[in-house]
This record gives sequence, C-alpha cells and structure tokens, in this order.
Amino acid sequence: MSSAGVAGAAYRPGDSFLHRMPAGTKLAALTLIGAMATIWRSAATSTILATCALGLYLTTRPGRRTAARTARRVLVVPVIVGMYQVWQRGWDHGVAVSGNLIGILLLATVLATVTSIDEMLDTITRLVRPLRHLGLQPELVAFAFSLMMRSLPATLETARETRQAAQARGLERDVRALLIPLAIRTVARARATGQAIHARNLMDPVDDGRTSRVRSGARP
Amino acid sequence: MTTIEFDRARVDAVTAEGEVRILHDTTLRLAEHRVAVIGANGSGKSTLARLVNGLVAPTGGRVLVDGRDVAEHGRAIRRRVAFCFADPATQIVMPTAIEDVALSVRRRHRRPADRLAAATAVLHDFGLAGLEHRSVHALSGGQRQLLAIAGVLATDPAILVADEPTTLLDLRNARHIGDVLMTLSQQLVLVTHDLELAARCDRAILLEAGRVVADGPPAQVIDTYRRLP
Repeated sequence: MSSAGVAGAAYRPGDSFLHRMPAGTKLAALTLIGAMATIWRSAATSTILATCALGLYLTTRPGRRTAARTARRVLVVPVIVGMYQVWQRGWDHGVAVSGNLIGILLLATVLATVTSIDEMLDTITRLVRPLRHLGLQPELVAFAFSLMMRSLPATLETARETRQAAQARGLERDVRALLIPLAIRTVARARATGQAIHARNLMDPVDDGRTSRVRSGARP
Repeated sequence: MTTIEFDRARVDAVTAEGEVRILHDTTLRLAEHRVAVIGANGSGKSTLARLVNGLVAPTGGRVLVDGRDVAEHGRAIRRRVAFCFADPATQIVMPTAIEDVALSVRRRHRRPADRLAAATAVLHDFGLAGLEHRSVHALSGGQRQLLAIAGVLATDPAILVADEPTTLLDLRNARHIGDVLMTLSQQLVLVTHDLELAARCDRAILLEAGRVVADGPPAQVIDTYRRLP
C-alpha cells in the first residue's frame, strides 16, 4: 500500500513554524491562496505563486529522493495541461495554468508534510461540527476526508503495479490490459478498505467521556 | 472467556454457476481461549471467521457472541470482536504507524496528546517502539502485520479473529506473529494453514467443502486433516 499523502507526501514530524501553525490556519491559507490564484490568474502571479510554494517546500528540507519523487508527481499533469493550454490559447495562459497547478500542488505537499492526519482529522471534525444539526457526523466526514487523501496515491500505486504487470506480459501498449485490471483492482481495494473499516469498527459514532484503557495483553 | 455460538449457520453465495453453498448448516460453541480453524483453500474457513463479527451475514441460522445475535447487535458485536486480515495492507488505513493506531483509539481519547500517548504505548507493547513515525510502506512484512494486530487490539476487544495472519510472512516473522497471538489475553479464533501454530491452540476445527469434518484437540484434528484424500 502507499503510505503517501497528497502528491506523494508523507507526514514528517518536526518543530518548524509550519509544524507549530494550527492545521486550521494552514488549511484556510491553502484554500484562500487556491481561490485567489483562480480569480487573479496571470502568468506573473502564477509564477510568483509557484516560486513561493517552491521556497516553502524547500524549508521542509526534503531529501534528494523525496524531492525528485515530488517533482515527478507535481510536474507531470501541470506540464501536460500547460502545453495543451499553450497550444490552444497561447503562452500567457499556458504558464498561468501550469504555474497555478504547480504552486497549489506544492503547497498541498507542504501541508501534508507538516500536518499529521490525526491533526487534520481533529480540524475537519471541528470545522464540520456545526453541520451535525443537519444529521452529519463530524467524525465520519473527517474520516472520509482522510480516506480520500489516502486513496489518491493508493490509486496511483495500483496504476503503477498494473502497468508493470502489463509490461511483464508484453501488453504495455494494450489499453484494455491497463484499464480493465486497474478498474477491477481499484474497486477491489475500495471493497477491502470498506471491510477493514468495518472490521476495525471505525465508522461507529465516537463515545464521549470514556476513560482510557488500552489493553493488548501482548509482550512480544 | 466469551462464547461464540453458531446455530445452524449457513452461507450461500450467488455465482455465475448459480447459488453455491459456501458453508453448510454449522452448529458450534466456541468457549476456549484459542481456537484454530484449518482446512484446504475454499473449504469455508474464512467465511466461518467472517461470520463472527458480521463481515459476512449468514443466509440461514444465527451466530451469537455472548448470547447476542451478530445480525441484530452489529455495532455492539464489532466492539467486542476484532478482525485481522491476511494482508495487513488491507487493514492499515493511515500513512504512519502511530497515526494508524491513533485512529483506533480516537473513540476513547478526545485529546490529541492522550491519543498519541495511548498509541505510543500500544506500539511499544507490540515491539514497534521507535517506528512510530515510519511510513507503513517502509515497515517489513512482519512489522506491518504486528501493526495491523496492534491497530485492532488497541480498541480493546474481547475476541480477535485472525484470518491467516502468517500466510504472507517468512518463517521468522510467522513464528514471531504466532508467538504474539499465543500470548494474547483475548479469545482467539485463528484461521490458518500453519499446522504448527494450530497445534498450539486449545481446540481445532477442520472444514472440508463447507462442512465441519473434525473438531477437538488440535493433534487429533490435524491428524485427520493429514489423512484427508
């Protein structure tokens, strides 16, 4: 299974100012920047955004391998989309779109690197708590969000494995040999995850006020 | 010790060939600390195990845990019965070891600091100290299976159902996981192909083509299994 979060980033514990910043503030900042980048879209602003995001990413001190992996995941789609936009609407638009995408993906990577999923779950639970009057269970919404975060890289990992399996059989150019197993394995993974959630009793409402008692009985 | 009862429980499945009976009417009462379920692939072992916490619903009959019908008291039963899959990757849903165990203890610990402390203690208990922040992807197969077991036992269940927990492991890790399972205080229902491990249980059940064909002391049941055509 993939362990990565958004854009392949896994949480790395630390004590930087980004780590100490409340998860809600980081999430709000990312949302705000994303909205502003969409509203005021130009080659200049998106270049500034991508550069600043890169600077922020470098403050997380990724290793060379992590940085290379992030670059692959962050650049592929924006570059393809950007090239298409250059062809369709010119350089300015292409640079604006791809710059924005790279900037937002890098910021999302930074967020995932400096924020634990547990902290994120708490934040989302707090954010959606007012909606419990509409019948929503905040814990479940937060859990669904974290599953979604996890499922993106997991699906990419499945795609990679499927491609390797097709290559091993000399079928790398056969679209059916790629797409059909990918669809089946993705659904199977979703089913397995559902079973695991059921088996681990993770979807039932949380009890309040129960005392802590962890018992394992195991001393390996 | 808790009691698991199968009262003429059966399971049918619809396949391309029509309806197939995966588990024939089964009546059992399991009150021993450690019960092994053995048999060939496709004999109905996993189906029997999945009935215990409601992952599979019986087509007929009932399954009771401490006198409560699994079909009627699903939520309460799930809190009593933990389930561990053969492939830990199926079961681990968070990116790092501590986050995965912390997810299990969220129910009991509202404060993040308490959650982390409880999760750290659980990981320590299972010999995973020092690996708290390691990506689950970077753990060895044995460590991942330990983490999966730690994750389900952190919810403090009364019963652990383990479906071939050593199948994907090498000999050393399989032995280690086997040792961990045998030291648990929880009642254990262990589906396994590892006959050495089955022999360490208090009782064994042999399934063949969806029927219980032997039930009793592990040595006798394993002997019967070995003599099956």
